[in-house]
Amino acid sequence: MEKRVYFRARLFPYLLVAPQIIVTLVFFIWPAAQALKLSVMRENPFGGNTRFVGMQNFERLFNDPIYLDSFQTTILFSVATTFSGLIIALLLALAADRIIKGATGYRTFLIWPYAVAPAVAGALWVFLFDPTIGIITYAMALFGYDWNHKLNGNEAMTLVVIAATWKQISYNFLFFVAGLQAIPRSLLEAAAIDGAGPLRRFWTVTFPLLSPTTFFLLVVNVVYAFFDTFGIIDAVTKGGPAGATNILVYKVYSDGFVGLDLGGSAAQSVILMAIVIGLTVVQFRFIERKVSY
Amino acid sequence: MSTVTLRDVKKAYGDTPVIHGVSMEIQTGEFIVVVGPSGCGKSTLLRMVAGLEEISDGEIHIAEKLVNNLEPRDRDIAMVFQNYALYPHMSVFDNMAYGLKLRKLPKDEIRAKVEEAADLLQLRPYLERRPRQLSGGQRQRVAMGRAIVREPSVFLFDEPLSNLDAKLRVQMRVEIRKLQRRLGTTSLYVTHDQVEAMTMADRLIVMNAGVAEQIGSPIDLYEHPETVFVAGFIGSPAMNLLDAAAFPGLSLPTDRGPLTVGIRPEHLVVADGGPIGATVDLVEPLGADTIVHAQLPTGDALLIRLPGNAKVTQGTTLSLAPKDEAAVHLFDKDTGRRI
Ligand SMILES: Nc1ncnc2c1ncn2[C@@H]1O[C@H](COP(=O)(O)OP(=O)(O)OP(=O)(O)O)[C@@H](O)[C@H]1O
Ligand SMILES: [Mg+2]
Repeated sequence: MEKRVYFRARLFPYLLVAPQIIVTLVFFIWPAAQALKLSVMRENPFGGNTRFVGMQNFERLFNDPIYLDSFQTTILFSVATTFSGLIIALLLALAADRIIKGATGYRTFLIWPYAVAPAVAGALWVFLFDPTIGIITYAMALFGYDWNHKLNGNEAMTLVVIAATWKQISYNFLFFVAGLQAIPRSLLEAAAIDGAGPLRRFWTVTFPLLSPTTFFLLVVNVVYAFFDTFGIIDAVTKGGPAGATNILVYKVYSDGFVGLDLGGSAAQSVILMAIVIGLTVVQFRFIERKVSY
Repeated sequence: MSTVTLRDVKKAYGDTPVIHGVSMEIQTGEFIVVVGPSGCGKSTLLRMVAGLEEISDGEIHIAEKLVNNLEPRDRDIAMVFQNYALYPHMSVFDNMAYGLKLRKLPKDEIRAKVEEAADLLQLRPYLERRPRQLSGGQRQRVAMGRAIVREPSVFLFDEPLSNLDAKLRVQMRVEIRKLQRRLGTTSLYVTHDQVEAMTMADRLIVMNAGVAEQIGSPIDLYEHPETVFVAGFIGSPAMNLLDAAAFPGLSLPTDRGPLTVGIRPEHLVVADGGPIGATVDLVEPLGADTIVHAQLPTGDALLIRLPGNAKVTQGTTLSLAPKDEAAVHLFDKDTGRRI
């Protein structure tokens, strides 16, 4: 009897983690391994055989001006999304911190964009900015501005940045509010007595004390902009016009599934994988050090 | 010359009045202690002087200047907070130098001032440390240092010692007082500890529910409490405050309406044929003194503080008398005011 219970108890934990392990294997490890394998292969354009080509796919990528453009586009997009997301969220959090008593409604209101799926968020903004029927386009036309993100690359980029930022603000906001609440009021009062005006107090006390939160959010937002914005790009611009919003994740998809260049696409995803691993390392390093002040 | 003047200062949060009008003149170099039970408005009063809290009504003058509408930084004050409020991301040196840097003093002058203060407070070895690497007492000293380098005309303290253990509290109490004497800076010091208040103050303000019950020197308050509240608050163990009926043996004025009679435990002496008879309930020999818990014939409890060598046994009845005429304090029972 006892033996059997013992045996069961040994198996049971594995049984409990099995679903998670299976999910990880099927949806992460296996595709990743597959991508690694494919990234050194080339598909015969006429079907049939694939052959080993070594690092050729990677070489091709780094000599491909379109890929390098996409890299630049991604960096521009990430920087713009991350910074506007962080700055707007911080301003909102500072406002909320001042009136925190009445802020619960305000907070809930700010949180729900986070619950919206990326594709839906994208669709929402497409609708608002549609060149023919969009209400914001209409408003801009009244001021004499002719908005058309389907033709103008800069406008397309602006629009995806707006959509991506809007979705991420609530997340940043929550962390910033929590960070601000953790700063003792008396520190700011002491600074006020020491002679610092509101702006000086922010830069010399609030901001440094918020830096762990800010750094954490910086990494999270870069990861978000690099990887999680696929749905938004797909819904808003599909990478266009003329590749103006063709960020790396989207290019993996369009080259692989639309262009059917599986080897090149796999090589791209391997590069993305390396980037995300790098960012994760940065994040963990930081978390280990924990407090920076 | 007065450094701080309060004229009928009031504070209300919304419709709730918290300070009902405090007036006071504080002379240059005076050490004023604000004392009272929790929630009576001590911190609020101090924060109004600091400019951290708006003044609902009345006037505050600092160094002969009306400061009602001045920002804290323009009031020429420095404050020491209960939790010290040191900047955690700055070194001890930078904590103390912060205010000086904001005033754009030359670098070497800042260094000189900070080091001088550090020497005064024995903080020299810690200047490069962060606040979290210091003990409570050291943090307390850094907070003091930050206040004194700025050479303000007023120091404000909000229960600066309440986070320290009892022994360190006594030590810091003495240090703060010595330092203040040496610098001669006018100080307003909030505490709820009446021993701290009595030992440190030149004058003290006893606050109760937003009202300054009495302002005076510690001895003044001890000898002539103006209200029942002050009588009960100042002195330890607390004064016996009982209805006149509890002391049938004392000759009390009868034309003043109902009275409350106050006699301090240390002002009762054992005397043959004394006017007060009390049965001993409990004896606490403390060495130097003996505290006797006794019961009057009316059933009221009476505290007596006798010399340490007094021989008192439980269950016996003591004949007691007030030490002298001044030992009996009379208060109007309805208004609580001294007669
Ligand atoms: N922001 C506020 N809004 C409303 N009421 C307040 C506010 N701050 C303080 N009070 C009230 O004002 C009264 C006085 O508060 P205060 O902090 O001055 O008390 P205190 O004497 O310093 O007490 P303690 O010894 O506990 O520090 C309290 O009854 C408190 O509830
Ligand atoms: Mg207080």
